[in-house]
Amino acid sequence: MKADPRGVLTGTHYLDGDFACGEGAMAAGCRFVAGYPITPSTEVVERIGRRFPMMGGTFIQMEDELASMAAVVGASWSGTKCMTVTSGPGFSLMMENIGLAAMMETPCVVVNVQRAGPSTGLPTMVGQADMMQARWGSHGDYALIAVCPRSPQEAFDLTIHAFNLSERYRVPVLVMMDECVGHMTEKVVIPPAAEIEVVPRRLTARPPAEFLPYQTNGSLVPEFARAGDGFRFHTTGLTHDERGYPVMTPECQAKSVRRLLDKIRLNAGEIARVEEEDTGGADVVVVSYGITSRVARLGVGLARERGVKVGTLRLVVAWPFPEARIRELAARVKAFVVPEINMGQMVLEVERCAAGKAAVVSVPHAGGNVHDPEAICQAILGAAR
Amino acid sequence: MSQILIKDRIPREELLDSGHLACPGCGAPIAMRLVLKALGEKTMVALPACCWSIIAGPWPQSSLRVPLFHSAFETGAAVASGIKAALEMRGDLETTVIAWAGDGGTFDIGLQALSGAAERNEDIIYFCYDNEAYMNTGVQRSSATPWGAWTTTTPAEHPEMRPKKDMLAIMAAHRIPYAASASVAYPDDLVEKVKKAKGIKGTRFIHILSPCPPGWKIADEESIALARLAVRNRVFPLMEVENGERWRFSVDHPGEPVEPYIRRQGRFRHLGDAEIAEIQRAVDERWKSLERRVQHGT
Repeated sequence: MKADPRGVLTGTHYLDGDFACGEGAMAAGCRFVAGYPITPSTEVVERIGRRFPMMGGTFIQMEDELASMAAVVGASWSGTKCMTVTSGPGFSLMMENIGLAAMMETPCVVVNVQRAGPSTGLPTMVGQADMMQARWGSHGDYALIAVCPRSPQEAFDLTIHAFNLSERYRVPVLVMMDECVGHMTEKVVIPPAAEIEVVPRRLTARPPAEFLPYQTNGSLVPEFARAGDGFRFHTTGLTHDERGYPVMTPECQAKSVRRLLDKIRLNAGEIARVEEEDTGGADVVVVSYGITSRVARLGVGLARERGVKVGTLRLVVAWPFPEARIRELAARVKAFVVPEINMGQMVLEVERCAAGKAAVVSVPHAGGNVHDPEAICQAILGAAR
Repeated sequence: MSQILIKDRIPREELLDSGHLACPGCGAPIAMRLVLKALGEKTMVALPACCWSIIAGPWPQSSLRVPLFHSAFETGAAVASGIKAALEMRGDLETTVIAWAGDGGTFDIGLQALSGAAERNEDIIYFCYDNEAYMNTGVQRSSATPWGAWTTTTPAEHPEMRPKKDMLAIMAAHRIPYAASASVAYPDDLVEKVKKAKGIKGTRFIHILSPCPPGWKIADEESIALARLAVRNRVFPLMEVENGERWRFSVDHPGEPVEPYIRRQGRFRHLGDAEIAEIQRAVDERWKSLERRVQHGT
């Protein structure tokens, strides 16, 4: 279906990434946001706090990040599209309830404008070191989706995409921004509502007597019944069967955990998204995401001037990881170079998928600012030799 | 007493250096300076995220002459509990362990840790310097933000519509041995309360009103004047509560009208006469309730 025009600020704007993310959420149909102030993400909710009253949305400033994430999980079960916004320390506090959302199969979006950690770190300066936490931060086995905008325009576009994925697969979707993207101001084009495709909540057409809340009929993703619509309602973080009631057996655990993983793993081909340039005849492929993909482009330019055949692959969706594509490339390139503003996180996935068929060179950077493009260039030159 | 100058009633010792990173006119370093004067150098500070995690300053502008433990936002009282317990295990019964948190770290995200510490009656002094919003992240509302105030998350079209959380009553309800409110505009009263708290064992709680010029939208030089007005007009009464039962006022509160206090602050600029009358009504009502507590206990 098309976007609700009340949430779409059609036009050409000059926005920072945080504001653009907020606009993306509103365009996607998000009408409930719970959040707690934390640099460098607060501008997202400040934007939403100002604009929500015009479209019937509700923003609640909660007492902390546990409460913010918990309120989002609760509100989503009313059928409302929901989001929370945070940065590193708050992201850590949200982890238990992100796992709850995954277990209950609750559509929701969590924005993390990454700053340099660990702990309080550099609150106003850039980092990309929450990428593994995004995938593995809550306890137990589950799967979710994470997107990585690299510009204010993408903060808008990918936030809409995040809501759509979240509705389609009933998982928390993480928008893994970084401080640079959040605070940089660029042109953002917001199309008319009629040109924005949004995925609505997939409400069941079955009558209450025939509906089982976690029955999937082979699709891997159950249909949704809103609390208060007359359906018997029981949702829980305990291991549960198709009826939604707790069933404390290893058999039920095996079945339900497997489906939580399978609905992402088996759909990874559809969900994973990369953007490639000149990987065709490349000897070296630079794998990057977020702000680092823009810095890497400079490093790639320098390396090309020195005669290296180098292509780029950008992770638009970081989780699920584009395993199949990295395997294909590993079979024919000499090396991958992976710059990221952490001490080596997504590079571990590249290594796993390359499986020794191509060299993998990490270009770590602890954060606070972006890479020196020359460091990326030197890594490319080294890998090409 | 009137013959004794304030400067003679406040220790000369300085445990907060100049050159810290507070904004001009900030109440928070004044509060810290006075509290450390009263406590002396055998003091350790547990500090969750707040303006003071910036004010304390990066090297070489570190301004505190006492040990500082900068912890996670939600943990001020819990970290202080741990520090105190470990010092006692080492036989150090002398060092005063304080938690020093803003209103967000006390009223909101840190309330669970504070309530837990108070319920266990941990031997710490918990200070809340209250500037009535999340000022360090750029003025978002907290549950200490007063009714009617503008913040970036309660814009003028939809200002804060809930009364400020009554932290002193919440802490009194924990039946801790000592709870008090204090103000940077009444330094002698503040120092007396801190000295008294230091001499008591168990959880002590001191709530200090600490004006924020950028967040309140006031001129730098108005902080103390406004903090004083807030006491004189009974918006922020200065009190002591012993064992949750014995309530007393510690200074005179003449009950001046709230209007000049409200009108001087840009964060209330959008309020009309009717809203200001409503604030006056709420202040009068709360004052009556406090008077009853002073006369009859809880």
